[in-house]
Amino acid sequence: MKKILCKTEDVPTKFVKFVWVAWLSVLLIVLTVLGGCSGSGTGGGVGVGGSKGAGDAGGLAANGKPKVTIDYWQYQFPAKVELMNKLIAQFQARHPHITVKQTNFPYDQFNEKVAALIPAGKGPDMINLYYGWLPKYVASGYLQPLPAQSFSVEQVEKEFFPFVSSAKLNGNYYALPTAVRTLALFYNTDLFKQAKLDPKQPPATWAELVDTAKKLTVKDTNGQFVIEGFAWQPNAQLHHWYRDALVHQAGGQDISDDRRRVLWGETEAGLEAFKYLLDFAIVHKVGINNFYTDDITAFKTGHAAMNIGGSFHLAALRKDAPNLKFAIAPVPAYKEKATQASFWANAITKNAQGAELEAAALFLEFLTSKDVQEQWVEKVGELPAKKDVALQQKYVQDEILGPFIQQLSYANAHFFVDEKLERDYFIEAVDLVLLKGVPYEEAFKQLVEKTQKLYDDYWAKQDKKK
Amino acid sequence: MVKYAARGDRSIVEETRPVAVIGSRILTWLNYVMLTGGAVVMLFPFVWMIATSLKYTEDTFTLQLIPSRVTWQHYVDLFGSTAFGNWALNSFIVAAITTVSVSFFGTLVGYILAKFTFAGKAFIFTVILSTLMIPTEMLIIPWYFMSAQLGWVDSYWGVLFPGVISAFGIFMMKQFMDSVPQDLLDAARIDGMGEWGIFQRVVLPLVRPAIATLCILTFLGNWNSFIWPLIIIQSPELLTIPVGLAFLSSELKDSSSWVLIMTGAAVSVLPLIAVFLVFQKQIVRGIAMTGMK
Amino acid sequence: MNPWFSVKKQKYVFIYSCLLIPLLFFAAIRLLPMLYSFYVGFHEWDLLSSEQTLVGMDNYTALFKDDVFVQSLSNTAVYVLVGVPGQMALGLTIALLLHRIIRWRTLFRTIYFIPFVTSVVAVSWVFRWMLMPNGIVNHMLISIGVDPQLLLGSPTQAIYLVIAAMIWQGIGFQMLIFLTGLQQIPRMYVDAASIDGANAWQRFVHISLPLLRPVLVFSVIIGSIDYLQSFTQVMNMTTGGPLNSTISVVLYIYELAFKQFNLGLASAATVILFGFILLLSLLQLKLLNRKMDY
Repeated sequence: MKKILCKTEDVPTKFVKFVWVAWLSVLLIVLTVLGGCSGSGTGGGVGVGGSKGAGDAGGLAANGKPKVTIDYWQYQFPAKVELMNKLIAQFQARHPHITVKQTNFPYDQFNEKVAALIPAGKGPDMINLYYGWLPKYVASGYLQPLPAQSFSVEQVEKEFFPFVSSAKLNGNYYALPTAVRTLALFYNTDLFKQAKLDPKQPPATWAELVDTAKKLTVKDTNGQFVIEGFAWQPNAQLHHWYRDALVHQAGGQDISDDRRRVLWGETEAGLEAFKYLLDFAIVHKVGINNFYTDDITAFKTGHAAMNIGGSFHLAALRKDAPNLKFAIAPVPAYKEKATQASFWANAITKNAQGAELEAAALFLEFLTSKDVQEQWVEKVGELPAKKDVALQQKYVQDEILGPFIQQLSYANAHFFVDEKLERDYFIEAVDLVLLKGVPYEEAFKQLVEKTQKLYDDYWAKQDKKK
Repeated sequence: MVKYAARGDRSIVEETRPVAVIGSRILTWLNYVMLTGGAVVMLFPFVWMIATSLKYTEDTFTLQLIPSRVTWQHYVDLFGSTAFGNWALNSFIVAAITTVSVSFFGTLVGYILAKFTFAGKAFIFTVILSTLMIPTEMLIIPWYFMSAQLGWVDSYWGVLFPGVISAFGIFMMKQFMDSVPQDLLDAARIDGMGEWGIFQRVVLPLVRPAIATLCILTFLGNWNSFIWPLIIIQSPELLTIPVGLAFLSSELKDSSSWVLIMTGAAVSVLPLIAVFLVFQKQIVRGIAMTGMK
Repeated sequence: MNPWFSVKKQKYVFIYSCLLIPLLFFAAIRLLPMLYSFYVGFHEWDLLSSEQTLVGMDNYTALFKDDVFVQSLSNTAVYVLVGVPGQMALGLTIALLLHRIIRWRTLFRTIYFIPFVTSVVAVSWVFRWMLMPNGIVNHMLISIGVDPQLLLGSPTQAIYLVIAAMIWQGIGFQMLIFLTGLQQIPRMYVDAASIDGANAWQRFVHISLPLLRPVLVFSVIIGSIDYLQSFTQVMNMTTGGPLNSTISVVLYIYELAFKQFNLGLASAATVILFGFILLLSLLQLKLLNRKMDY
């Protein structure tokens, strides 16, 4: 303990000095960093939308119109972002006075970013949103109806597929897609051959789907799946399949025309469809959830013979599993034909006013033009949203795109008042039967009641505003 | 009688009775067996992660721990087609500055809270501790308000500022300072040593391992922090590693992007292990410098 | 001596001047936002709209009528009651084992620390792979003659598997804290006890454990706060399912705020969570510190 015992003069003052020196150095570091970054940071515009405004208002562009900048937000997906950059360049060449600034967010955190940035007043003029989120965004007053002179209701309804009307709220369209997607049946042709089935004859009806799935299923000696006949993942596409395909196919309807009542419980169709979906796992035992983590992975790796998937899966399938032999067929039908359609739509926010609103409208017109929709099919692989573009022979005859496009005319896009909760409730109902052995009828009744409550709450709020 | 020698951190058994020798050998042996078993469990998911990053994209989902064929392509892609190097640099800058600042304030305030009595101490301690109790998720909206007002959005400082002083660090240092035996301080006081001398010559050497630990924990915590940098950063060139990796995930949940994320995660661990090894030496040296023999 | 600058005054000036900036910082960065949460908790606020409507206690009554929120509370209790003791016991065991060995100590310490530095998202994905119905865990169960389990798909098993993943990730931290604590115990104490004839267990109980007490208090409190705020693993392994059996309070708050944009409800839930954490921490501080006067 010798060291400790040595005497030091009484120096609280020295300590104080030390603290202040340390303090100053920390402050210095902080200031250096602050100075260093604000240079590079603010250069790119303070936050989203920070760069627009006063600076732009003064100048005139080559075409004599005042310069205007609009902010456009979409999620990060390389093919989309790349194409969008090209499209923006094309658009700006046509309208030299307009600058479009694209900002991208990670897909999984899209809503988080939006939720954090908007209350601070940093919002875009135009935003790309999943159709299921639109009612929520519209209800909060964040979006404005598309300007009627450019997008009249009659014209939109004449040109676009009918399901795009899920973007129509309170009689106005609030958003329009460039491209759409539908669900179809993906099937592995090699596994079909292995099971001695004809890959040219995919199942076309409910009963055939069950039969084929049974024939395709392979299990090991422990009764464990080796190959699922039919990939069964309720939290992926199957809940869409239920709402927009199965219920309609069984002769039912998802919601009433005024969008206030859930109609699954009104006829036998809802329960029949619910039971049909569940029986794949419970009665026929041709597939189970989370096999190879999810349906798409199981299909990709050749461990699921059939899967209900969207056209948006094509790109990933080609990239991740170039050797997989698969084909596409329309979703198997029952009493009627139906499938689900979904889309990401461009909406104009309340931030866009005056010149910005005009510019945003021009940009949206451009994004929904025939030319852009065709570029979109080729580069991104999504389907055109306008009838006359989609139904061209070159697309309908396409071996891969064809089945998706053929279904467009009878596709439905459910009106979600709350996309997340409606999905959660559906999965909960499925799990109640699957894991807790609750009778189908009871789980289904609960599902209808809970979903109806969402609608009641939504409309109660809407009605109060009027 | 078993006697533990006091050299550094090792224990040497001096033994006369053979039974006890065998007993302690068995114990030591058991010790290693248990540690090895645990190590396998700890490493398994990590090894799997590395293995995945070396598999061809088509093989991603095969259940092999050791890939049948190996490719470095994902590493090439990670550094070639993403700005990973840039992200790593940003992560490093943010984590390093935060670490310096947090350990400075942690040590200082921790010492004051542990070894001084003054009016309002309990209250101040409770306030500091209570700031740990709100989930970050709920703070980001007010923080963003603040940053937007002050023009800190999309800058290093914007990422840094909520973390430059950490209640965790203060609390941790306070607890370690508490465990510095009062006897030692009293002995030093009786010897006539000043408060500053006590801090510098008695306390600091004793808590050096704790400071090193705090440095490690702070650096790692900031290297991996996700939600706040995600919100505050806008420019691609200012992203940190976790946020950059999040940009790779997609609606399609395709395996090629997943493999890149895995590869990025695997690579991002390496500098952390290096930091750990460096500070680990610090911890050991801290013991050696206690001068307690 | 200048009476204005007596040693005692100087000490006070020093203490408060050191505390000033940290306190200002915490007030601005943590306490103000927290007060803001209290404020928002009494309002209905859709994040996308600018209007906040005063609704009084409505958010609170709505929360306690909400089955999912109640479930998230009880799940969070499980996270804390299983996770904290589990992580502490395992962490202390590893630290003691490591403290005893000489060879390969650095290697082992590094290995046990690696999980702590690995990306939670990437690792959660690996866990999902290991725990899927046809994954390696079920393969092993079948090979030892046990029926395959639902694992993450089971409303009874999933939460414990998530906790296991959290412990796996957090144990390196726990080990490091305990190891540092053990290393800080002055050798002479242990030596003295040895000379007095105390065996290893006695030395542990009577010397190490009491001297580790502040570190234990720290671990219990930080561990409780951590597990009370369980989020990332839950989000990435199960997203709260199946049947809400793994949803934690923070995950639910997050969903309310960022998926449903309902900041009023989310803030009210935060206030409730904050209350629980504060209560628990104060209780722990009281209980654990009292024991110190042995």
